[in-house]
Amino acid sequence: MYEFNYSKASSVDEAKTLHGKSEDPKFMSGGMTLLPTLKQRLAQPSDVIDLAGIGELVGIDVTADTVTIKAMTPHAVVAANPDIQKAIPALAKLAGGIGDPMVRNRGTIGGSLANSDPAADYPAAVMGLNGTIHTDKREIAADDFFEGLFETALEEGEMITSVSFPIPDKAGYMKFPNPASRYCIVGVMVSQKGSDVRVGVTGAGGCAFRVPEMETALAANFAPEAVAEISIPDGDLNSDIHASSEYRAHLVTVMAKRAVAEATA
Amino acid sequence: MTVKFTMTINGKEVQGESEDRTLLVQYLREHLGLTGTHVGCDTTQCGCCTVHVDGLPMKSCTMLTAQADGKNITTIEGLAKDGELHPMQAAFRENHALQCGFCTPGMVMSSIGIVDRHKGETLDEKTVRHELEGNICRCTGYHNIVKAVLSASEVMNKG
Repeated sequence: MYEFNYSKASSVDEAKTLHGKSEDPKFMSGGMTLLPTLKQRLAQPSDVIDLAGIGELVGIDVTADTVTIKAMTPHAVVAANPDIQKAIPALAKLAGGIGDPMVRNRGTIGGSLANSDPAADYPAAVMGLNGTIHTDKREIAADDFFEGLFETALEEGEMITSVSFPIPDKAGYMKFPNPASRYCIVGVMVSQKGSDVRVGVTGAGGCAFRVPEMETALAANFAPEAVAEISIPDGDLNSDIHASSEYRAHLVTVMAKRAVAEATA
Repeated sequence: MTVKFTMTINGKEVQGESEDRTLLVQYLREHLGLTGTHVGCDTTQCGCCTVHVDGLPMKSCTMLTAQADGKNITTIEGLAKDGELHPMQAAFRENHALQCGFCTPGMVMSSIGIVDRHKGETLDEKTVRHELEGNICRCTGYHNIVKAVLSASEVMNKG
C-alpha cells in the first residue's frame, strides 16, 4: 500500500469536513474492496476516512411498504434480519450470498453501491427492486444511479446514507457465482409489484442494468417460461477469463428464469 | 503518519502505535509476535488470517490496525484456557482435520463462527461445507475438517 492518512469520523458532518480538508480523500466503509485495491497499489488516496464510527449510518427499518437499510449496515446483519427475511426474502438471500461469512461481517451496502463493481450483488437488488439511494444531499432513483464501470451518479464527496426498497409482491434472486471469489459472473433480481415488473442484472455488463424485453414478457405472464426464449445481445457484455460475453448473455436468460421460478415458488 | 490505538487482544489490553497503512495481521504477527494468524493469499479469499473482532470472524489481512481501535480481538493463541484446548481445537486434533496445518488457525476461528451463528441448532454437513466457503485448505479435501466442526458443535452446544 502507498502511504495515506487515516482518520475516523464519528458523524456524517465530521466525515464531510474531513473530506473537504483533504487533497485526494476516499471514504472507507467496510474496506472489503478499497483495502484490496490499496494493497495492489491500484489507488493512491492522500486520506482514508473511516465511516465505521458513525452510529447514525447503521440500522434497518422495515415498515408496511418499505425496507430501509442504512449505508454502513453489514451484509451479515441484513441477511440475518427477520423483518427483511419476511418482507423481501430475496434481498436477505442476496446479502447472505455475498463473498463469505467473514466478508459479510465487514462489507456494507453503502460501500458496495458507491463502488459499483460490475460483479457486486447489491446493484442487482437496487435495479431489480427499484431501490432509492439516499445521500447526504438528495435521493437518487435506481435508474439514475449506475453510470458505468465503477461509476455512479454520486458527486465528489457525496455520501450514501441509506437505501430504501419498496416491498414487492414477489421477488427472486439468482446468481452464478465465480467459484473462487463468489462475485457474480451473472446475478439477476426479478420483482413484481402490482403491474410493475423489474429485471435487474449484475455481473454481465459494465454496471447493473435492466432488461425491458423480459419485463414486458413477465408483466403479461410472470412465469419462468415467459423469459426462457428471450436472450440479450452480447456485444457490450463483459468478457474475461471467467466467462465470455456470449456465455454471460446466456446466463442472464438462465438466471432470470430461475429467479422467476424462485419468486413464484 | 502513525496512529495510536488501544485494543484488547486475547483478554489483554494493548496500547500501540503503527503506520496508518499497517494491516491488523501485520501488527499481530510482526509487532506482537502472534504468528499463529497466517497470511495465505493476502487477497481476502483463503481465510488463513481469520481472527475474531468483537466475537465475529473477520479477515485480518483486509483490515487496518487503526480500524481495530477499541475492539476486542481474539486470535488462535487466545482460544485455549488454562492449558486446555478450545473444543474446536480439540475436535480438529481428534479428527485429524489438518495435514500441513497452514490453514488450520483460520479454519478453527471460522468454524467457531459457524457454531456461534447456529447456536442451539444441530449443524448438518451441508451447512458446514457451505459456511466454510471463505477458508481454503489445499491438503485435506475438507472431509475431516467438516467432521471436526460437526463434532465440536455438539460439545460447544452442551457447554
